[in-house]
Amino acid sequence: MDNNKPRTFRRMFVEKFLRDRLAIIGAVIVFTLFIVAIFAPVIAPRDPDQINTKNLLAPPSLAHFCGTDDLGRDVFSRMVYGARISLTVGFVAIGIATIIGLLIGATAGYFGGWIDDVLMRLVDLMLTIPTFFLILAVIAFLEPNIYNIMTVIGLTGWMSVARLVRAEFLGLKERDFVMAAKAIGVSDMVIILRHILPNAMAPVLVSATLGVAGAILTESALSFLGIGVQPPTPSWGNILTLGKDNIEFAWWLSAFPGMAILITVMGYNLLGEGIRDALDPRLS
Amino acid sequence: MYAYVVRRLIMVPLMMIGITIISFFIIHLAPGDPTELLTDLNPHASAEAAIKLRELYNLDKPIIVQYFMWLKNIAVLDFGDSFSQDARPVIDKIGERIPITLLLNVLSLGIVLFFAIPIGVMSATHQHSWFDKIASLFVFFGFAMPTFWLALLLMIFFGVWLDWLPISGIASFNHDQLTPWGKFVDYARHLAMPVLVAGLTSLAGLSRFTRQNMLEVIRHDYVVTARAKGLPETVVIYKHALKNAMLPIITIMALSIPGLIGGSVIFETIYSIPGMGQLFYHAVMARDYPVIMGILVIGAFITLFANLLADIAYALVDPRISYG
Repeated sequence: MDNNKPRTFRRMFVEKFLRDRLAIIGAVIVFTLFIVAIFAPVIAPRDPDQINTKNLLAPPSLAHFCGTDDLGRDVFSRMVYGARISLTVGFVAIGIATIIGLLIGATAGYFGGWIDDVLMRLVDLMLTIPTFFLILAVIAFLEPNIYNIMTVIGLTGWMSVARLVRAEFLGLKERDFVMAAKAIGVSDMVIILRHILPNAMAPVLVSATLGVAGAILTESALSFLGIGVQPPTPSWGNILTLGKDNIEFAWWLSAFPGMAILITVMGYNLLGEGIRDALDPRLS
Repeated sequence: MYAYVVRRLIMVPLMMIGITIISFFIIHLAPGDPTELLTDLNPHASAEAAIKLRELYNLDKPIIVQYFMWLKNIAVLDFGDSFSQDARPVIDKIGERIPITLLLNVLSLGIVLFFAIPIGVMSATHQHSWFDKIASLFVFFGFAMPTFWLALLLMIFFGVWLDWLPISGIASFNHDQLTPWGKFVDYARHLAMPVLVAGLTSLAGLSRFTRQNMLEVIRHDYVVTARAKGLPETVVIYKHALKNAMLPIITIMALSIPGLIGGSVIFETIYSIPGMGQLFYHAVMARDYPVIMGILVIGAFITLFANLLADIAYALVDPRISYG
């Protein structure tokens, strides 16, 4: 190791992360998925919506890596486009959840007192209602489409972030640099945003990475049940619905999209855990 | 302890009111008049349904009045009548489905506890052994596995290819003609896959949690002391260490309950099990709003009471916590 360079926190983080083989695998999976989603039209060998009535439910072959579905569409191409849905839902939903969680957690942790009490009871309350029931009920009143799905997953997934951020704020607000900022008359808003929040972001980043995995699982479950992304838009979940409908004669409709979900979720989990371990100063 | 339980009990009605407010809010989630939106955008909802909705939730009255009228009905468990053909009271439809869902979830939880704790303990006491590595791998897959996909794969494998297990329902057509033992086996064959699959995520979570807790506990002084005075290793592990590692597990179990109940929608739908989850799924597909609202509220109440029981159990078993 080059000892001349200062061992900054960032450098230590990068070094630890690069030594963690599983974390690298996770990062590679996530990166690959981004590439697939962005360049879907280039990567997909066929038009995902091209119907071919002469080639229905064809098993995997060189022409169709993952076979064809009940309309003769190329499953592999549909999966490539499905990556876009997963990625979008994962990021937007977790973006919403993280922003709400940050707002509520920061407010509760910084101001404390009755504000903290009220907000934390709200968190308890939201955790009491089975999330999947809540999502389904909301979707039943609105319309099942990708925008509503993302919003609802985000609106029902912020509680753990709020708890995490609150805990960080409780610890950080007593520290000297915050006291000093207060003493020279810096406003609460600036203290929260400029002084405390950046120090509380590390665990939020980890939870957001793991959260993307959860959001992708939820979206695919909803789409599988027919209450998520609606056909003909391809999503991994709604290809699996066809798998169930054709369970007796087309195993490939079940096997491949599920594999894609599994690998994606694994990728985000590995990446998230890798970041967490690399951030933890107790592990070396 | 006593004061803690009382305080917890006082929270219950407050939480129940909170649950009703959030649920009520969902009815009004749609901008403007919900009945209008439904008829415009939603092919499932007819003009007739809109009138029914308006009547049921008093949508022509001020919103505060609406809420309290709804609350008054809920207080006596009156969720109105189902919009479906049978038009039965919602509470009856839900009531007959609850036992199946509870049975499924209790069986899943039982299996989770039965396997997760020994797996977690073994992994901790034999850290870095091949057993620990295999268990970690299992936990890793358990967390990433889309359980509805696993359900599909098992259906294909055991149901279609091997033809060992039935792939839907909870009983065979000839169930009534079977002997008592035959009936039991018939139920068991139908429930085996759903119960196992429903418990998988919790199983992974709890195994990992037990392992972490055991690793922490076995480093404590009292465990070292127990060893030092010559107690057999099994006594040290299972009596001194496990008891203390078990405490937080109660909380984890309680936290997994909403997930299990919510997950029942997925498993009951895939395996065609006539429980509350399947009822909910059909209600969502048919836009049967009274049933949806009923299950949402009742599902949350069940979770609330399960959490309450877990908290009280925790306070009972942990002498260190006085909750003054």
